[in-house]
Amino acid sequence: MRGTLSDRMGAALLMAPLLLFLVLAYAWPFLGVVKWSFTLPTPGLGQYHALLTDELVQSVFIRTLRIAAIVTIVSVTAAYAITVVWVRGSPVQRVLAEFCILVPFWISVLTRAFGWVALLSNRGLINTWLQSIGFISEPLTLVRNEFGVVVGMSHFLIPFAVFPLASAMRSLDERVLLAARGLGSSRMRTFWTVFVPMTRSGIIGSALIVFVFSLGFFVTPAILGGGRSVMIAELIYLRIFQSPDWGLGAAISVVLVVFVAALMALLFRYVKPKQLV
Amino acid sequence: MPTYRPGPVSLILAVLVALFLLMPLLAVIPVSLTPSRMLTMPTGELSLRHYRSLIEDPRWLDSILLSIRIGVVSSALSTVLALAFSLGVWMFQPRFTATLVGFVLLPMVVPPVVSAVTLYFLLTSVSGITSFFGYDTWLGVAMAHSVMTVPFATVLILVSLSQLDRRIDLAARGLGASVWERATRVIMPNIKFGIVTAALLSFVLSWEEIGVTLFITSVNAITLPRLMWMGLRDNIDPAIAALSVILIVITVLVLAVRSVIAGQKASP
Repeated sequence: MRGTLSDRMGAALLMAPLLLFLVLAYAWPFLGVVKWSFTLPTPGLGQYHALLTDELVQSVFIRTLRIAAIVTIVSVTAAYAITVVWVRGSPVQRVLAEFCILVPFWISVLTRAFGWVALLSNRGLINTWLQSIGFISEPLTLVRNEFGVVVGMSHFLIPFAVFPLASAMRSLDERVLLAARGLGSSRMRTFWTVFVPMTRSGIIGSALIVFVFSLGFFVTPAILGGGRSVMIAELIYLRIFQSPDWGLGAAISVVLVVFVAALMALLFRYVKPKQLV
Repeated sequence: MPTYRPGPVSLILAVLVALFLLMPLLAVIPVSLTPSRMLTMPTGELSLRHYRSLIEDPRWLDSILLSIRIGVVSSALSTVLALAFSLGVWMFQPRFTATLVGFVLLPMVVPPVVSAVTLYFLLTSVSGITSFFGYDTWLGVAMAHSVMTVPFATVLILVSLSQLDRRIDLAARGLGASVWERATRVIMPNIKFGIVTAALLSFVLSWEEIGVTLFITSVNAITLPRLMWMGLRDNIDPAIAALSVILIVITVLVLAVRSVIAGQKASP
């Protein structure tokens, strides 16, 4: 029956609206952005040349890669710790861990960044408390720098790092762990030599997801970095709205897409898409 | 039967991570009760003035209503488009399905800032042709939000379709049902839950969308997150703390209700 004329008509009628919508509202304008990168302000490869030579752009790229790497290590490590309890804990521990993972996950990025401002700013909770117990006399600078950005981004990305790890830990055969313990291996040794290696695919998937997300991050660095530790996404925003240089903004966007696409290709060589959910 | 449970070291580390995850959400509560006009810790007396200003200040109310309107329209659009597309995929299994689905999922995997530049290009181009549909209009924002949420809606509906037994559709087909009848009277009633979830998730994603909204609005279409952003960048307005507390409470309540419902489904 498959492939008859009416079937093809039906499929086309049902699938066409969304495909048409995305071609018109997404694919076509993206090509427009690519065109900007080659034509503004003058036609040619000038903006890509500028990307390679402009010191500001390069320092932003390097800072973005550095922050993304730190955030990846922090988030995956922290996510691993809480996922172990979410997957292997007692029923009560599981419920509590799930609550702590899902509540932040569902709260908007703005609210979460604001929470960190309330905690870390000069008159925020941490500084007020440290000053009231006389531990410090001048407030510590905890936001408007890279520290604040790393803290806020890690907080945002930990729940995303949890899901691939949880999927890897769930598919792990418990009897292997019990066998290791039964043969006299200590808790620590079982963890490092059996548990961690067997969840490797989850760790790789989780790290790549967090890293890719970090590269294009906008809101959290803009709020917690306070304009001082600008990342790629904020640079694009500034080039388009503050020092109108649409061509450069577009060229950075194109480079970012190509870079992320390469990373995704790498991801799917190591991990099946199913293992990420 | 013995089970492998996390040891004391694991538990301590997990508690530290849990505290880290909850800390900023708890921190907004005392700040929201400050009597001061600035973002400070309350010293001594507490005040509800920032909660009151959410209702009394027309800017907050207007942006809440605008966000709801945009959320409803964009969620309806993306759910309808995603549903039709997914039905096409499931009923006819056309060639190139993987490629087409991959294309539909693009806005979900492309870095949001690039999608934002793309939609900025689209809406500024459209602005030249028509005034009510382009840059800084609520319809433009609703459409842009649909682009961003439609991949999530599609994934949810495809997942619930994949759990559906093909034989009920084959039976309907064998009994002479038309494509329309199969879709509306056999398949859709069986994936009701998935469709509703897709619509809700699309609404929530639109309601809290900021990355794209920042690029495509300036003074007219001020959604709630956009207004929060303005209050966060300049002088931090403690009304944001009050609003955050309300949003967090709603989230916790919805999750609690959901887990109770899930628990009831699982128990019998």
